[in-house]
Amino acid sequence: MKSLAELQAIRDKMQANLGLRHDEEDKTRIVVGMATCGIAAGARPVLSAFVDLIAQNNLTDVTVTQTGCIGICQYEPIVEVTIPGEEKVTYINMDADKAREVFEQHVERGVPIAKYALNTVMDK
Amino acid sequence: MKELSLNILDVVENSISAGASLIKIIITADSANDRLSISIEDDGSGISEDILWQIEDPFYTTRTTREVGLGIPLFKMAAINAGGNFRIESQIGKGTSVRAEFALTHIDRMPLGNITDTLHSLIVTNPDMDFYFRYQIDGEGFALDTRDFRKILQGIPLNSAQVSLYIKEYLTENKSEVDKKFKFNV
Repeated sequence: MKSLAELQAIRDKMQANLGLRHDEEDKTRIVVGMATCGIAAGARPVLSAFVDLIAQNNLTDVTVTQTGCIGICQYEPIVEVTIPGEEKVTYINMDADKAREVFEQHVERGVPIAKYALNTVMDK
Repeated sequence: MKELSLNILDVVENSISAGASLIKIIITADSANDRLSISIEDDGSGISEDILWQIEDPFYTTRTTREVGLGIPLFKMAAINAGGNFRIESQIGKGTSVRAEFALTHIDRMPLGNITDTLHSLIVTNPDMDFYFRYQIDGEGFALDTRDFRKILQGIPLNSAQVSLYIKEYLTENKSEVDKKFKFNV
């Protein structure tokens, strides 16, 4: 049984490292569509991949959140990545492997992956 | 939906849209009575009676009240197809509860699937909401309560990296300890 004492140890360690907090507007935002259409198309493994990668890499300047149906259900799972000061990129037909690629290329190195992105004309 | 954990995720998304601050998810398997029950309860805005009776109808959908769609009909169908039943109750201002029952060994019962990923991503992407989760098979089980975690964490967010890893391990380890006592898979 996983104990709550372990969580206390995490707290004590983290309280020693305060001051590493980032303002919300300085964070890279990843948004995953989690309406029925997204979930049925496979959005959960995509969301889980981002959640796990952020935790494993100990990132404090990236947040992942969820959104509802944005009306283009045929392109789900859909992921939006916004790096502060840059244009939002909408990725379509995602899966866990593509999510890992987007994380490594776009979120970590700042280079969007054009082949997975929605045509920007349609984005308007 | 390929697994019941996806139906659960879908229904919980409705609770989040309804502004819930606490969501309770309780999964109970009872092999003596061949029953699997899943209940999801929230303290969100609730659904009015004139909408509630239509919500189980797959052809009822409206974009203005986004808590309505295919999610509930799909969950209901999964229960009915597996020798079970489905009930949704709601009160404006109080919240909504959804309860689905399945015949545990029914050939058409969808597997529970990856409930750990469902719970972990829900908690970490909604760090200001509270979740109570209970998983129980024939009296053996475990619970997770983010209110307890929050008390210990004293302001450290539930979505910070180490806490996120801890929550995933907590769910994975405790669930596998329960599961390994039984020969069947929920």
